[in-house]
Amino acid sequence: MDIPSGYVRQRKSAEQRRRQPRPDYGGGPTPLFDDTSSPGDPATFQNQQQGQGQFYGGMAGQQILSDPMANMAMQYGSSLATQGKDVMEKHIDRFISISKLKYYFAVDTTYVGKKLMLLLFPYMHSNWSIRYNKEEPVAPRYEINAPDLYIPVMAFVTYILVAGYCLGTQNSFSPELLGMQASSALVWLILEIVVITMAMYIMSVVTDIKTFDLLAFCGYKYVGMIGVLLGGMLFGSMGYYLALAWCSASMFFFLLRTLRLVILPDASHDMVSSGGNKGRTYLVLAIAVLQPLFMCWLTRHLIPSQN
Amino acid sequence: MALGLYSLIEAALLCVNAIAVLNEERFLSKVGWATDTVSGFGEQPGMKSQIINLIRSVRMVMRIPLIIVNTITIVLLLLFG
Repeated sequence: MDIPSGYVRQRKSAEQRRRQPRPDYGGGPTPLFDDTSSPGDPATFQNQQQGQGQFYGGMAGQQILSDPMANMAMQYGSSLATQGKDVMEKHIDRFISISKLKYYFAVDTTYVGKKLMLLLFPYMHSNWSIRYNKEEPVAPRYEINAPDLYIPVMAFVTYILVAGYCLGTQNSFSPELLGMQASSALVWLILEIVVITMAMYIMSVVTDIKTFDLLAFCGYKYVGMIGVLLGGMLFGSMGYYLALAWCSASMFFFLLRTLRLVILPDASHDMVSSGGNKGRTYLVLAIAVLQPLFMCWLTRHLIPSQN
Repeated sequence: MALGLYSLIEAALLCVNAIAVLNEERFLSKVGWATDTVSGFGEQPGMKSQIINLIRSVRMVMRIPLIIVNTITIVLLLLFG
């Protein structure tokens, strides 16, 4: 029993020695951002890592030369963090490609403003095509017609908050309801995307549209739902129905115009057989009709009941 | 309707179970959805052959994972109600 206990003790002392530098940092605030002001290569190298690496890297400037054990611990921690990040990236990359996802969030204020105006009043817009070169898979933000994921995500969160507020005005609010609303809306969104994807597969419609684009288009309805909820709260049930009619019409028109260019082929493509056109038209119509239905379904129970 | 994420997982599991249960020779060939009749190399696959291919691939791919997931779900439901 000599060797195992000695091994255990040696491991424990190494742990203790490694754990020793940490309480020194407990006095000051933990850095939440990269501290690029510290000198020395290990510090700047670790500034690009997350988690444990960042924790050590932020404090690197103050203790880099004083304690060799802390140095070694820092490098060990940073190598662990790099390995962990690589493994995680490799696993996630199989399902969601992170680099493509970045394009969907590269928005700026003018784009968001114009897109919101377009979602609520699309009747004046004339040019619906997306100009981007085909080598680049995703179009960046400086093109108003390109889909993005920032607006759907923000609109979803705002919808949950406005739904909570609606429930609060009817004195039936409790914090669990927020979570239930969120998961319910999320479930319907996932179902919608799954059904549309399966329909596209079964009808063997091969299009340019990617899953993230579809997610973005189906997420735009949350903007309409926020408008509907606000109309219902401010103006009663008449306001609810008016806002619902307006937002449904706008969303229907917007999606029809946008999807027509993405899913239906232009006249210039010769290789697309004409047999798929009917299916594609039905698909565009189905997607466009689903949105007002969901908007009505997901907001009905939040409006104060009509007399 | 208060759908949660767990209800979605349950519903998906039940649907996949339903697809996996369709036996090839006892049921599908009687209905006329057998896989050996649609292996032509036509240009347009058509809706029916897409569905048949989908059913066949689901049955083949999901057989083993379904056993595992079903067992886990049954045990969890027995333990936690």
